[in-house]
Amino acid sequence: METASMEYLLEVKNLRTLFHTPEGTVFAVNGISFHVDEGETLAIVGESGCGKSVSMLSILQLIPVPPGEIAGGSALYRGRDLLKNSEREMEEIRGQEIAMIFQDPMTSLNPVLTIGRQITETLLTHKKMDQRAAQKRAVELLDMVGISDPAQRLSDYPHQFSGGMRQRVMIAMALACGPSLLIADEPTTALDVTIQAQIVELVTRIRNQVHMAVIWITHDLGVVAGIADRVLVMYAGYIVETAKVTDLYENPCHPYTIALLQALPRVDRRRDRRLKSIPGAPPSLLMEPLGCPFANRCEHVIEHCRESNPPLLPVDKKNHSIACWVNVRTGKPR
Amino acid sequence: MIDEQKSKPEKSRIAILTPDDLETPPLSLTQLAWRRFQRHKPAMIGLVVLALLVMYALGGSIFYSEKFANFNDTSRRLLAPTSEHPFGTDSIGRDVLARTIYGGQISLLIGLTAVIVETVLGILVGALAGYYGGFVDSILMRITEAMLNIPEIFLLIVMAKYFGGKIPELDIFGRTFSGSVVVIVLIIGLTSWMYLARIVRAQFLSLKENEFVLAARATGTPNIEIIFRHILPNSVAPIVVSATLGVANAILSEAYISFLGLGVQPPTATWGNMLDGANNYLESAPWLWFFPGLLILLTVLSINFLGDGLRDALDPRSRTV
Repeated sequence: METASMEYLLEVKNLRTLFHTPEGTVFAVNGISFHVDEGETLAIVGESGCGKSVSMLSILQLIPVPPGEIAGGSALYRGRDLLKNSEREMEEIRGQEIAMIFQDPMTSLNPVLTIGRQITETLLTHKKMDQRAAQKRAVELLDMVGISDPAQRLSDYPHQFSGGMRQRVMIAMALACGPSLLIADEPTTALDVTIQAQIVELVTRIRNQVHMAVIWITHDLGVVAGIADRVLVMYAGYIVETAKVTDLYENPCHPYTIALLQALPRVDRRRDRRLKSIPGAPPSLLMEPLGCPFANRCEHVIEHCRESNPPLLPVDKKNHSIACWVNVRTGKPR
Repeated sequence: MIDEQKSKPEKSRIAILTPDDLETPPLSLTQLAWRRFQRHKPAMIGLVVLALLVMYALGGSIFYSEKFANFNDTSRRLLAPTSEHPFGTDSIGRDVLARTIYGGQISLLIGLTAVIVETVLGILVGALAGYYGGFVDSILMRITEAMLNIPEIFLLIVMAKYFGGKIPELDIFGRTFSGSVVVIVLIIGLTSWMYLARIVRAQFLSLKENEFVLAARATGTPNIEIIFRHILPNSVAPIVVSATLGVANAILSEAYISFLGLGVQPPTATWGNMLDGANNYLESAPWLWFFPGLLILLTVLSINFLGDGLRDALDPRSRTV
């Protein structure tokens, strides 16, 4: 954790994002810090509305301002702070350095443009390629993401593709300029399970081919186990646990992570037992919580939890940290 | 259309999906729209009539020269329709048939070009207001509302009076246009873009929330390209409909101001200023107003039917194939 920041591909420090709504200020992301290494896959998990997507959109300055506001922090990409970049500079970064794919492939392609147009667009704007070279590259990309007959399909419209195929097209678009970091915002959530597996396999294969870092946002812990090197668990705009993927599954330390893993159906468990659910609902983000945001739903809650919000501190190994006052194994404060 | 659906039993629609048919490529959006348009009988009639009118205005110049249309001979003024002058002659002895032909060219030209001015302005204002929102939106929409508050006919008359005669004659395609044609085109365009701007703004407000816009931004697409290459093509349908109906309105507006003597100045003929000339002879020489009036009526009516059909055909919610 103490290594020089230049070594990281992306280092986010203390990022805070707010939304000013008529109901009040929504504290969507509350000072999260993390980093991504070159070629590494980082998974961010957490339930809906915990700030996963918003933090990624903030890094790329894609938050609508207003009502959104990036209230503080920095996002160093190869040592340059993305949050200080102008819109023009961000247009250079987006797509070229950091690309993003989205949850719903049905809506994230423009229905009135051919997919050829949509893929070549980034090549024409960023790489200043001529039309023919861009077409050729688009065919290569479609081939790489496993679309048969790529040359013919360039002139097809999005409605002529199935959901899984569209997500492949999205991936091809994202990869067009050879980004060093791919942010995948729940890319498999809208797809059925077999297609999910194909997409996960595809991204893994391409990541290995081109040595690209991936941030994979999901709420599917099953996908995480298959793809990630490290995992961040987010809750109510905070990072509550971060660990190597094996550590997280072997030795989850934050009560929220433990509860999430217990809520997961498993093939090696008895079927007649009911899955454990987490009681209560996530807190309203309309105010910053005084204590730990998870306190009201936590089994291990102690007095101190309601008074002060725990910082993210290492547990035992150097890469495993949690934000919790309690040692869950012993039930005592740590 | 309802009748047609009823007359086709449900069975035949299922039978369409034989394996052989599945091999044929699916219809493109344009083909689907064309099919729906063909089902709209009034629109098809409008299209045919409009095509005939265009042929009349353009093809007529093969048989009559413009010189003939402007040639006056007071010895044969106010003649009723005869075989020599099928539509009669006007108060200074010009042939009405030839003048409706050349007037039609000008009237249609004014309709089309005024709509181009209107559409460009409306799209620009609407797109910027809708896409950027906030301050830009407030300013542009207040201007739009201010323009809407002034009665259009007033605005037309004042501007026609003010700009009239300030532009010299123009030579385009070997024909001499009175400068008043350009003035009329501009003022009609400048006074009619507001409705289109509102339509485009509404389209942009909803379309910009689509995920494909976020996806385009995430690949580093500049705002200008997002506006004109991503969002605008998605709102083409209402713009086409509005522009089509705009042609009819522009032709009518031209007729208004020309009838009031503020529009295109003679000897250049338009259907509108021919009506102006008929003003004093409503009863004694009805052929003076009947033919240009009929042509205006037919044009506006068929354009409106056409627009109606386009609206139905391009409506993404209508699923009838």
